[in-house]
Amino acid sequence: MTNQKCKGARDLLPKDTEVFRYIEDVFRKSCLSWGYQEVRTPTLEYLHLFTAAGTLTPNMLSKVYSFLDWDGWSGERVVLRPDGTIPVARLYIENLPQQAIARLFYVTNVFAFEETGNENRERWQCGAELIGSNKPTSDVELILLAIETLRNLGANDVQIQLSHAGVLKALLDELKLNPDEEVRLLDQILDGNWQVLTKAKPTNSEIGRLISLFLDLRGKTSGFLENLKALPQIPVNVKSALNNFAEIANLLDALGCNYQIDVTSTRGFEYYTGLCFQFSTKGEKIGSGGRYDNLITLIGGKDTPACGFALYVDPLVTLTQPQIKRNTEQGILIRCDRATPDSIRTSFQLAEALRQAGYVTELDFSGRQWDRRWIVVVPEKQSPFTIIDQTRNQKKEASSIADAIKMVGGST
Amino acid sequence: MPTPSKWSEARRNLLTEIKSDYVNIALPKGRLLPATTCLLKETELEFKDYTQGTRVYRLKSTKLPHLSAKIFQEKDIPIQVAVGNYDLGICSLDWIEELLAKYPTSALLKVADLEYGKGNLYLAASRYGNISSLQDLSTGQYSWRIVTEYPNLAEIAALNLRLRRFKIFPVWGAAEAYPPENADLAVLWAKDESEIKAQSLIPLKTLLSSNAFLIANRESWQTKDVSQIIAYFSQGLEMKTKPWLKIKPELTKSSNNFRPDFSQEKVWLALPDGHQQPPTSELLNKAELELQGYAEDSLERRPRFKLDWINAKVIRPQDMPLQVANGNFDLAITGKDWLLDHLCRFPSSPVTELANLGFGEVKVVAVVSQNLPAANIEQLKQIQDDRLSPLRVASEYINTADKYLRDNHVSHYKLIPTWGASEAFLPEDADLLIENTQTGKTLAKHNLKIMDTLFQSTACLIGNKTSLESPSKKERIASLIEIFRRAAKGNYDENS
Repeated sequence: MTNQKCKGARDLLPKDTEVFRYIEDVFRKSCLSWGYQEVRTPTLEYLHLFTAAGTLTPNMLSKVYSFLDWDGWSGERVVLRPDGTIPVARLYIENLPQQAIARLFYVTNVFAFEETGNENRERWQCGAELIGSNKPTSDVELILLAIETLRNLGANDVQIQLSHAGVLKALLDELKLNPDEEVRLLDQILDGNWQVLTKAKPTNSEIGRLISLFLDLRGKTSGFLENLKALPQIPVNVKSALNNFAEIANLLDALGCNYQIDVTSTRGFEYYTGLCFQFSTKGEKIGSGGRYDNLITLIGGKDTPACGFALYVDPLVTLTQPQIKRNTEQGILIRCDRATPDSIRTSFQLAEALRQAGYVTELDFSGRQWDRRWIVVVPEKQSPFTIIDQTRNQKKEASSIADAIKMVGGST
Repeated sequence: MPTPSKWSEARRNLLTEIKSDYVNIALPKGRLLPATTCLLKETELEFKDYTQGTRVYRLKSTKLPHLSAKIFQEKDIPIQVAVGNYDLGICSLDWIEELLAKYPTSALLKVADLEYGKGNLYLAASRYGNISSLQDLSTGQYSWRIVTEYPNLAEIAALNLRLRRFKIFPVWGAAEAYPPENADLAVLWAKDESEIKAQSLIPLKTLLSSNAFLIANRESWQTKDVSQIIAYFSQGLEMKTKPWLKIKPELTKSSNNFRPDFSQEKVWLALPDGHQQPPTSELLNKAELELQGYAEDSLERRPRFKLDWINAKVIRPQDMPLQVANGNFDLAITGKDWLLDHLCRFPSSPVTELANLGFGEVKVVAVVSQNLPAANIEQLKQIQDDRLSPLRVASEYINTADKYLRDNHVSHYKLIPTWGASEAFLPEDADLLIENTQTGKTLAKHNLKIMDTLFQSTACLIGNKTSLESPSKKERIASLIEIFRRAAKGNYDENS
């Protein structure tokens, strides 16, 4: 067999899809119970939605799937959705602007080119966005919702890493670079190259020391942030961002939620303005999120604070053991070896009745399938049906449809 | 009926010839040709017939029997080397980077900087527009229109400049003529800033400095011994005097000095450069539409009509349908082939044919090698079914070719866009060619045969349906269409 699947694409087989659906169901249930409402956005969006400064980095944009639509003679390009949050922000601006607080969630695929083709170029996310609130309690709400979902999925050893884009951007400002240099530096940091910041920092100044303390150490409680705040000569913008960070950390401490403060943990956070968080388990990243207070204005809406997160379905599929009772082997197969109009009709009627009674029922007219617990053989003429219980190796006869249902039902 | 074995045999013969230690090099036409010829001559790696205006595509080395060359449009060379059709190639760095910008994993190695053909790729704006520096680009919600022959590099430049919103118009040429009315920015190559300024443009940023480069296919470099050939180049680069550096490429420069006119009521007409220029000029004479600056030897990008309500601009005919579709021009004189190619890509485009102008008659045909035992597309498909590799289809008319293959249910094919001189691609680098031909003589000379005719094409007047309805222009447009129809009528009468 030649492989005809696109490089970097992935098939979900029945077993994977079962796990996928399970993850989706657990996530939906959590979100609905926290008052979030589900939305779907189109797979195609205009490229310019994502090029507005402060949305995606040039490096990320160089990996989008963009093309001209069939009416794209004006040169306006469309993309396969490269990100889950920005389209939801657009949906909010266009449809729900009067809603003071919008709690929205979605399960969606996002597309990004990956060179080797060994990683997925189409990835699935379970995302939630809380639009309209600038309160630290909203950041906390999202972290708790994500953790609850992960816990319900059976992941009990989730690590949370916290960072803060506001603190980082304030520190960058203090370096007083020219706008060109600052953009270049930020781009590199966003792509995960933190060393550039260490190199750029002035060696013998307060700000250089602060960057070192912030970058090189990992904090475990809000105490770490309080220590930083207590340092002398903290610039005012850095201080207010640190206050926000500490406030959230304090709330998490009070709720008994463990975390690690690691400023270098987040990447690709260009649109984030405040807290950034990341979830991982067994060394694998399984989700991330943060606050993006400027995004909605950047893409043409009015000033609206917001935050959100996404869980990565692809790694979760391999990590999750679904708690589903598998009843496919328990199912019923209706066999009709001599297919006449009468026997076919009877077979479909019997199947319908069994389905209505709550049983998974398959039909086989080819005589090739035997792999179910119950086999109901429909004769050429009207009843009786032969009912075979393959587990107990028993054979019985049923004179009517009702009789057959009773026999199958009675022994499960 | 062609048999699979016959095909495989032909194919095998071809492959054995290509394989072994045969080395193929792709050499540029056009701008870089004179200096490349000189370099090869000085280093004694001469190729017979590698001269300006040569009609031969396949060249043999006079020195090395295992070295052969093919002449390509410069733009085609990086891709031909990257896909492994050629082991080595010579082209300007700007085209290499244009390929790598979109396909960074291409199997392409930059082997040596050959130092000649110096120039830069610039981001430029018109001096008559309202952009004078990069700062002017960071304001507002405006969608910047960028016109260029380098769409991949232009996109990266736009992303790196953090333009909030932009549109890229890829063109076949004459990018300098678009700003300020038809585009805000152009990304274009020039020898230096003064050449940019001479086109009434302001260079905003140098995106890339480019020389001619010797490039190699990665796989060839890893498996073949090409050292002998490289040694010739090294010897040249180490010479004390390098006469090829002094060769000035002869450029057919057009001038682009003007004051733009933004008035809405004027009718915008695009006129073709290149082959279609002389017959268009003749038609305009016949129609008694007097204009200045549209002569072959002194072409102005903005010739002036005596009728002052017509604004004319000279651009490539290939680019016209798209430019008319997006409203940059109301009318244009182009080939029906280009109109149909545009409509294959954009079926709901507002461009329509308004008058058949009668001249420039060609057939667009499907062409295969004489040696291929296929007389029609059905037979070609049968041969194709026996092969595992996809059918390689080269064409300038990429959308027309795509539709032709879809309509004929060819299931597995690869399109190779070309920039002219497509007949050179058969049989080594493509299996099928969709190409225009006047008489078929050139094709026959290259040992090719016509397998199918897709359609006939002549020059035509095209227009934008929305402009035809425009209250401020529709009368003038209608009268102009009428003038062209009347003048063209003579053309068919003469032909028939």
